[in-house]
Amino acid sequence: MKKRFPLVAILTALFAASFFIVPLIATFYFSLKMVRGELGFAAYASVFGSAAFLQTISYSTVASLIAIVIGAVIIVPTAYWVRLKVPHLRPVVEFISLLPLIVPPVVLVFGYIRLFGSSSWLPLTTTATGTDILLVIGYVVLSMPYMFRAVDNGMAAIDIATLTEAAESLGASRLRTIALVIFPNVRAAIISGAFLTFSISLGEFVLASLLNRPAFGPYLVQLGQDRAYEPAALAIMAFGFTWACMALMQLFATRKPGQRWLPRLTKPAAQRTTP
Amino acid sequence: MTLDASASSADTGAPRPRLAFGRHLDWNWLGVVPFFLFAFLFLIGPVLYLVVGAFQNAQGQFTFANILELGSPNMVASFSLTIRLSLLSAAMGAIAGLLLGQAVILGGLPPWVRNAFTTFSGVASNFAGVPLAFAFIATLGRLGLVTVLLRDLFGINLYASGFNLFSFFGVSLVYLYFQLPLMFLIIAPALDGLKQEWREAAEILGASRSQYWQMIGLPVLLPTILGCFLLLFANAFGTLATVYALMGSGFDVVPIVLFQQIRGNVLYNPNLGYALALGMVVIMGVSNTLYLILRKRAERWQK
Repeated sequence: MKKRFPLVAILTALFAASFFIVPLIATFYFSLKMVRGELGFAAYASVFGSAAFLQTISYSTVASLIAIVIGAVIIVPTAYWVRLKVPHLRPVVEFISLLPLIVPPVVLVFGYIRLFGSSSWLPLTTTATGTDILLVIGYVVLSMPYMFRAVDNGMAAIDIATLTEAAESLGASRLRTIALVIFPNVRAAIISGAFLTFSISLGEFVLASLLNRPAFGPYLVQLGQDRAYEPAALAIMAFGFTWACMALMQLFATRKPGQRWLPRLTKPAAQRTTP
Repeated sequence: MTLDASASSADTGAPRPRLAFGRHLDWNWLGVVPFFLFAFLFLIGPVLYLVVGAFQNAQGQFTFANILELGSPNMVASFSLTIRLSLLSAAMGAIAGLLLGQAVILGGLPPWVRNAFTTFSGVASNFAGVPLAFAFIATLGRLGLVTVLLRDLFGINLYASGFNLFSFFGVSLVYLYFQLPLMFLIIAPALDGLKQEWREAAEILGASRSQYWQMIGLPVLLPTILGCFLLLFANAFGTLATVYALMGSGFDVVPIVLFQQIRGNVLYNPNLGYALALGMVVIMGVSNTLYLILRKRAERWQK
């Protein structure tokens, strides 16, 4: 087993790389061919010029952003409390937060439609606003595994017990501690989870379609049936969007231990002692 | 169900003889109530509702009829199609991901190659759904760029030679685009865990490269590979948007059948829909649980 020229390894890597890249190049090239005989961005112009595109993407953006906020408001205090006060509940909380990986979205939304239907004690699906709420809640649930892991990792990196004691001895209430000490300290982790949530829910199809919401996912599918070049343009943009989300997620996920918490830990504490 | 269990365990845990802070400790479980309430209302409750409904008839009486009806020919065909598709795409993803991991991580390539693949895999494993289907249609569809190039430049007519993107094999090829990177990402720690000493020891004892892999590398990796395979299987099994955008509503994988059922009640029996949902959750649950067990088992080599 001497060191030899890694020919097989190079070939494998090249083969895999071409499997990954060829569809992207092909799709990009395809998306440029909308006008016969020339290459140009006509398909992209057509996408951005469409009112339906703008409506659905803004609807989905707002829904995703609200889902991120609700998710953070539920997950951060829970992860904090579990670490600090009720560690024996950790396996249960962890298990529940992983459940959405086992329950497929189509099953989840089926349950929603049945449980919150017209004859239910909480008939959310009968009004447009109620269905919007249900969609956002569905996105919160779908993103729970990622959000919990991101936030929990973030909390592992800071000394929440000491921070809490410090805040308490300075007279902060529980809520104040969570809002002004814990939240800012795991901000990078939350943002990291948020970008993943965003990339999952922006183009989400199953929930939006079955709840009959004017979201981006159903619009995409409809466009795929009606048009040829615009879907290719949207696929390229979606890939770029996913890439940006993942890059930002990585950036924020790896940011805290080195740069963030040392200055953060001392600064607010110093400010607190002055009054 | 879980809510009660956790709440009662908190209750029994609290009144231990910590007298001075007893009153304080009593209320600690309250802090996680919002989470449990949310999970119970919007995750556990809806699923339980379906599970209970799977054992009821339209009048609400207990019955096994829905479960038994999963044995009817078109249900069996649907489950069989989904399972075969998931097995094929998981096998393709697992083998390709393992080969790629072996080449990039252990094959003596410069580190930037690994970094590039890791970054790309993070993106590609999340690039599923409708846009992925679009990308493959633009690449390998009837008028896709690669199809046309092969025909015009090399005289190879893919579709005449039996290839079809809109087929069983075509779908699994599309799935490979997110399965392969996922496998690469989750097998990487295990490949890193293969200790240099084992390889050196095998080398000193005169083992060849293939002997090393047969007798040491693969046996150590086997639980991880199996676990990852199951995760990929579950990943493919639950996929709906990608296959729907690619094949439309006529391709009878279980998620699409359930999707159609919810949309238009095509089964004429909502309780059969519940049974279908139960079947999906059971299959996903079993494969994910086995994955976790196998991962625990594999971790002992990494200590």
